[in-house]
Amino acid sequence: MIEFHLDTHSGVSPYLQLVHQVRRSLRLGLLDVGDQLPTVKDVVAGIAINPNTVLKAYRELEYEGLVAARPGVGTFVTKTLGDGSAASYGPLRQDLQRWFAKARRAGLDDESIDALFQDTFRSAAREGVA
Amino acid sequence: MTSVVKAVGLGKRYGRRWALSDCTLDIPSGHVAGLVGPNGAGKTTLMQLVVGLLAPTTGAIEVLGTRPPASPAELARVGFVAQETPTYTALSVADHLRLGAHLNPTWDAALADRRIDRLGLDPRQRAGKLSGGQRAQLALTLAIAKRPELLILDEPVASLDPLARREFLQDLMESVAEHGLTVVLSSHLVADLERVCDYLIVLAAARVQLTGIVDDLLASHHRLTGPRRDPRRLPSDEEIIQASHTDRQSTFLVRTDAPILDPAWTVEHVGLEDLVLAYMGQATDTDRGRRPALAVRR
Amino acid sequence: MIWLTWRQFRTPAIVASGALAVTAVVLGVTGPHLIHLYDTSGIATCHGAPDCQQLIDAFQSHYQLLRLIGTAVVVAPGIIGMFWGAPLIARELETGMHRLVWTQSVTRTRWLLVKLAVVGLASMAAAGLFSLMVTWWSGPIDRVTMDRFGTGMFGERGLVPVGYAAFAFALGVAAGLLIRRTLPAMVTTLVGFLAVRMAVSFWVRPNLIAPVVRRYALNLATVGFGSVGSGAQTLLPNAPNLPNAWIYSMRIVDAAGHPLPAHLVTTACPQIGMDAGQGPPPGGSTVISKAVPAHAQRILSDCIAKIGVTYHEVVTYQPASRYWPLQWSELAIFLGLTLALSGLCFWWVRRGLS
Repeated sequence: MIEFHLDTHSGVSPYLQLVHQVRRSLRLGLLDVGDQLPTVKDVVAGIAINPNTVLKAYRELEYEGLVAARPGVGTFVTKTLGDGSAASYGPLRQDLQRWFAKARRAGLDDESIDALFQDTFRSAAREGVA
Repeated sequence: MTSVVKAVGLGKRYGRRWALSDCTLDIPSGHVAGLVGPNGAGKTTLMQLVVGLLAPTTGAIEVLGTRPPASPAELARVGFVAQETPTYTALSVADHLRLGAHLNPTWDAALADRRIDRLGLDPRQRAGKLSGGQRAQLALTLAIAKRPELLILDEPVASLDPLARREFLQDLMESVAEHGLTVVLSSHLVADLERVCDYLIVLAAARVQLTGIVDDLLASHHRLTGPRRDPRRLPSDEEIIQASHTDRQSTFLVRTDAPILDPAWTVEHVGLEDLVLAYMGQATDTDRGRRPALAVRR
Repeated sequence: MIWLTWRQFRTPAIVASGALAVTAVVLGVTGPHLIHLYDTSGIATCHGAPDCQQLIDAFQSHYQLLRLIGTAVVVAPGIIGMFWGAPLIARELETGMHRLVWTQSVTRTRWLLVKLAVVGLASMAAAGLFSLMVTWWSGPIDRVTMDRFGTGMFGERGLVPVGYAAFAFALGVAAGLLIRRTLPAMVTTLVGFLAVRMAVSFWVRPNLIAPVVRRYALNLATVGFGSVGSGAQTLLPNAPNLPNAWIYSMRIVDAAGHPLPAHLVTTACPQIGMDAGQGPPPGGSTVISKAVPAHAQRILSDCIAKIGVTYHEVVTYQPASRYWPLQWSELAIFLGLTLALSGLCFWWVRRGLS
């Protein structure tokens, strides 16, 4: 069973933080298929956040296909994220770092880099689907 | 979506002073609503109007579909913890539970005992000898064990140390998750509200300045930074909440649902604290001479 | 709600029960002795003989301190009003506890009703029991003094303490509800209670039933010679033989109702005033004739005969038979006031702000 924590100063909304923490746990192998996520009650008793936030996070994970809610029982993991292709991460990471450096030299700030990246990523994803 | 509290033009006057004026609210059920505002803004007055301790001077208020004064059945549906969590100093913890059992037909004795047990309170201890945090927990137990649909808490953690505050909120959230309560709690500490509230009401200068679901509010407010510009030249669908200028730069806090397309602006999200402060600042601009005494904790 | 009222009232109830129990024991032990003392004193068979006063004085010397218990009966309703009535609501409002108890599932009306009923009835019961015990115990004393109808004594016996206690309690509750602070409410209750008690005693009670007016011819039995306070020496009426009556006034007046002027006496009876017998001061005790020199008595009786041609004595009084009707009437008055105050409290608590 994993435990959540909340960083109130990170600027990331709470429910997203929970989503990210679940995804990280999946990636690191701390959660496996069939494991149960903590109940909403246990989560809020631990970190004093709104239950709706937890529900929203779990719904998002369910939408992404990572977990499934079984009414009256709990929420369970249905898919892992680690896919053993960590070997290819290294060169890809380096490519990205080079691109970031270029963007900074061109005068873009963090927000613009992020905006540009998200925008390009989304249109590439759309093209991929089509 | 049902409303738990509906107020139209609600006002309360004491002598010549309006503690609350022209309040219109529609708090939906199923949320934890945070009522935030400086001291003297009317938070306690509003809450006491909701639970029927006060009668309005003007306007109308409806709680869970009925108007106060309430019958016993209606009283049973609302739980209230007043500021300073009043408890009978001479009565023991167990006596307080007996009080709850005798005065509330919907009393859940098992729940009350479980809570007291889990909180580690000694049933035979007199309430006067408890710490502030323990008294707050006792008062909350009394309010929750009557199994209300709506819970109203007036500054429940104001006089608690950080640990007691965190424990109180953890406990409260657990009860909300378990029983599906709707909660309205007031505070002048925005940080606590940020954690637990998903509905916001900003009260300043005896008026409601802002209400809404927190996520929606955060999504529709933006901070625009850019070269100095006259506010009147912004698009009309961008409502300006706050504006500040230097000789070269303007910063606006705007509210809009439309995307902001002007590339001259740097668009940023606004945090909840800044949002609340902006609306309270707006209130003081119209109500000169009153400074907000909101505590910002970091 | 009854449980809560009892729980909050527990300590005062225990204290009062204890006090009543102690009183019962003390009075229960000494009462039969007092009765025995009276029976063996011979006062009952005395009938105005010269040595009666001696027997009475001897009897009255017993239990000097315990007689003060009558005063306690008068004081008790005020105490009840201040300590049971005023804090009942005022403490809750003062400490903010009403915000806890009014948001449970009982209405304010029911909350007030139970509190008023439980503690109010307890007040009346306590005062009633106390008065019962003291009235019983004082029986022999009252038979000797025959003064239970006096303005002060009236409130020490019988039924009226129950009414006083109910009223003082209701006044305390009302004061607490309106003033919202315990100490000012207690003071207000005491002052208000005293004011009403005095007003009723002096202005209402005498006018409830029209008194009887009786005329007596002037003779040695009905008249004596002396002065009242620092006034001139003149003929004064003796206390008439009306045991346990409440005498409003005794005057010597002429047919038209004008009082006897002192100078008329000195003019008509120039020899009087020297060594004359003095009548006993007006009161409720039996007539006692003092031994006076024979010639002084003759001068006095001549004077009386002379004056008695135009003047007679008028006594305005309530006969003893009216004692219980007046007790019931005054009880009704105070219970009526209690109900009115209670009504005010209910009205106020419904529309009251926090």
